[in-house]
Amino acid sequence: MHAEKEIHFRDAAAKALLDPQLRANFRRAMDGLIAKRLAQFPDPRDLQDLRDLSTAIRSRSLLCLPELLEQLEASCAKNGIKVHWAETCEQANQLILGILQAKGAKTLVKGKSMVSEEMHLNAFLESKGIEALESDLGEYIIQLDGETPSHIIMPAIHKNKDQIARQFSQKIKDAKYTEDVDELTAMARKVLRQKFLDADAGLSGVNFAVAETGTLCLVENEGNGRMSTHVPPLHIAVMGLEKVVARLEDVAPLYAILTRSATGQAVSTYFNLITGPRGEGEKDGPQEVHLVILDNGRSRIYADPQLRATLRCIRCGACMNHCPVYTRVGGHAYEAVYPGPIGKILTPQMEGVGVRHDLIHGSSLCGACGEVCPVEIPIPEILVRLRREATHEDMGSTVVGKGTGRTASEDWAWRLWAGVLKRPALYRVATWFATRFGKALPASAPLIRNWTQSRTKPVPARRSLSERMRAEGVSHE
Amino acid sequence: MNGTKPKKVYFYGTCLVDLFFPDAGMAGIQLLRRAGVEVVFPEGQTCCGQPAFNCGYWEEARDVARTQVALFPEDLPVILPSGSCAGMMKVHYPELFHGQPDEAKVRAFSARVYELTQFLVDVLDVKLQDLGEPVKVTWHSSCHAVRDLGLKGEPQALIGQLSNVELAPLAREYECCGFGGTFSVRHPEVSGAMVADKIADATATGASVVLSTDGGCLMNVNGALEAKSSKLKVQHIAEFLWERTRAR
Amino acid sequence: MSSPNPSAPDSRTAILGRLRAAGDSGPLPALDTAVLERRQWDPAERVTRLRKGMEAVHTEFLDAKSDTWPAVIRVFCEREGLKNLLYGPTSEAGSALAAAWAPEGPQLKPYDRPVEAFKQELFGDIDAGFTGTVGGVAETGGLLLMPGPAEPRLMSLVPPVHIALLRASTIQDSFWSAVKALGWGRALPPNALMISGPSKTADIEQTLAYGVHGPKRLIVVLVDDLK
Ligand code: SF4
Repeated sequence: MHAEKEIHFRDAAAKALLDPQLRANFRRAMDGLIAKRLAQFPDPRDLQDLRDLSTAIRSRSLLCLPELLEQLEASCAKNGIKVHWAETCEQANQLILGILQAKGAKTLVKGKSMVSEEMHLNAFLESKGIEALESDLGEYIIQLDGETPSHIIMPAIHKNKDQIARQFSQKIKDAKYTEDVDELTAMARKVLRQKFLDADAGLSGVNFAVAETGTLCLVENEGNGRMSTHVPPLHIAVMGLEKVVARLEDVAPLYAILTRSATGQAVSTYFNLITGPRGEGEKDGPQEVHLVILDNGRSRIYADPQLRATLRCIRCGACMNHCPVYTRVGGHAYEAVYPGPIGKILTPQMEGVGVRHDLIHGSSLCGACGEVCPVEIPIPEILVRLRREATHEDMGSTVVGKGTGRTASEDWAWRLWAGVLKRPALYRVATWFATRFGKALPASAPLIRNWTQSRTKPVPARRSLSERMRAEGVSHE
Repeated sequence: MNGTKPKKVYFYGTCLVDLFFPDAGMAGIQLLRRAGVEVVFPEGQTCCGQPAFNCGYWEEARDVARTQVALFPEDLPVILPSGSCAGMMKVHYPELFHGQPDEAKVRAFSARVYELTQFLVDVLDVKLQDLGEPVKVTWHSSCHAVRDLGLKGEPQALIGQLSNVELAPLAREYECCGFGGTFSVRHPEVSGAMVADKIADATATGASVVLSTDGGCLMNVNGALEAKSSKLKVQHIAEFLWERTRAR
Repeated sequence: MSSPNPSAPDSRTAILGRLRAAGDSGPLPALDTAVLERRQWDPAERVTRLRKGMEAVHTEFLDAKSDTWPAVIRVFCEREGLKNLLYGPTSEAGSALAAAWAPEGPQLKPYDRPVEAFKQELFGDIDAGFTGTVGGVAETGGLLLMPGPAEPRLMSLVPPVHIALLRASTIQDSFWSAVKALGWGRALPPNALMISGPSKTADIEQTLAYGVHGPKRLIVVLVDDLK
């Protein structure tokens, strides 16, 4: 699972910044989403109460996680939903392949699922001769171009309509060129309706799984999730093991805060509760429903009391919508399934803190993500924790790759830093030099060179505050 | 908090103010003194330790933090002219010293920490009289002042007391200016894009001065403005308040 | 029920084992639901709120009385030139509609066969689907549906127009209170759902477009049965 080379967020981000179209697309979209979310929470007290409640519900679920998963499995079994467990993505892919092959399924139509992205399920199935077609409009758009999602809620947010118009006219049979959004949507509808009709199986993610009733909850606007889970004879749902909650009542506030935080909607078009396959006397609905529960590193994250908060995430995307870095570089620069702030803490924990050291540092720690997160995940604190893990192997944690991001030069720099700053006399000498000769430092010196890419070189004052206070003679205690 | 106004406080300059904005530090001290408070400025101040803390070098951060805490033994408020350093000392020191033998001592220290405008408004309830020429300014709120420290409009309230000052709202006021300490040199491209947008928003307000309470933000925004030879200036809020209200 | 992957039982044991080993189940945080309990309105206000919420997402409303609603639907179908309307002959709403339906003009089509024998027609030839509801949600706007043998799932999804019957007296304050009132937290049918409007997407430049996969129009026939 360890990547060979370090992945450089800095380089990818720098490249993304050179694309003015991309920057404009994201800025416009994020400004809109921020304003829409804000309008959904006119009363700060309600917002805070709802966040506290949601956080408590997610924390409770995690505290009882093994019990809830067992209860979910039992409830599902009672309802006729078959539950499967996968430790790794590879296992999950094989499981799904097995389920499909057992039914002789050749085509799979997919509702939106980030876990299936995590598994790279589409590529895997294609390699086994099974067509996996994305049906969420955004996912469909990026699948046509062989791209990955640039946002967890709005996967095609990096594209504008001219780009989509060109793409449709080239890649959809008999499609004419149009920039009219309604016409573009109609084209996709036509193609995908036929696919729903023909598909041998449907796949979906899970927003919340209810242990007590054995219910899979799906939040969506388009209806493709319902199509994928109700029309084909076989439905396979995939979820990360953290998605379970105890009761359906607990889902209500989570759902309320999810749609508001994500897209600034009070409610989604559909909130679909699936508690079983086609029942006695029912005329439609799948004959079989399977649920695949994926670990993929989550149980390791779970083992750490601080890092466990990462698993509270309900994948609303608000952290990326409000992130000043994400807004400027977009989702692809992260080279990760989950971009933005949540991706910055999740990806290194899954792939290793050493290989993702650059990503962990790609944050100004401004705190906007933690401020809006509906389940109060302290993302900046976790980032700092991961920075420690990346450079210290003696933390006694379960973090992958701990200590592997350490470099001799950084080590040396911090030692020197502390060596001077814990000795006021030395600091006094250093500032004396800085105030007298700081001007003379070349703008091309390492680090200063990075600073002066966009700014003038900072010049120390002629006399420091301490020096002036000393001259005043009143400073001594 | 009101009612028992302290007679004596400590002042912690912070490394950036010490070295780059000493006038802001002096102004903060003057504002406190004028409010009838005796200001003690202990010798031996260096840095709160935030850069090492944020980068994950907690032993080094603790070494430095310990020497700083030791400078403030008396049970007096500790006032900082910086949101992020105050946030570090107030909110993050308890994390940094969690489980350390001197945790209790550090926690007691953290409880005494205030950012300057917070102290001027919430504790001292100062009243300002504007003696300056009419001017239009805009306000950049420091991320850590708002999100770590929980500032709730204290700086704006102080600016609001000045009759000749027009406060122009800054678009995306709560968005980070891109400084982020070592972030600015580890990810100079993104950081640069952020500060470029910040100065564009600030310029669009038509103000002649951008005010802030954070040395890092000030240095960052100032550097970017200078690089563009902009006429727009930055100033620490303490210096601005003091200049406009002091008897000449 | 043999699993297609023989290693699956081991995965289960390993995963649960790791989660258990993490141990240390501290105290459960209390749940303060005051914020949900604050959401309360009187029946008339509930109607207004539901309507406002749903109209904001392009749902259309037709006003009716307990004895006029079949006629209201009829007039709508004729006005819109719908040639047929899919209904559930054994459902309460469906049978009431059929009883009042005149034979000429728009045809009522029963959904009375398994979908396998009906798919092509359902996807190709049906203009509208009619369903009842088991309630509504005032806070955000939304209809609560419990599809089943009498009212199959796809009736509210596949036809381009969905007509739903809602009795004002069944509108709950919020989804949370509805879950409790309907007993959904204890037992659920294989499918239940909330619908707030016609199918929509904003995946192309955040521009709203309706009817991307599901119905392009949602028509609520609102029966005023209060007091
Ligand atoms: S971390 Fe919080 S804000 Fe980000 S996606 Fe998850 S729940 Fe939403």
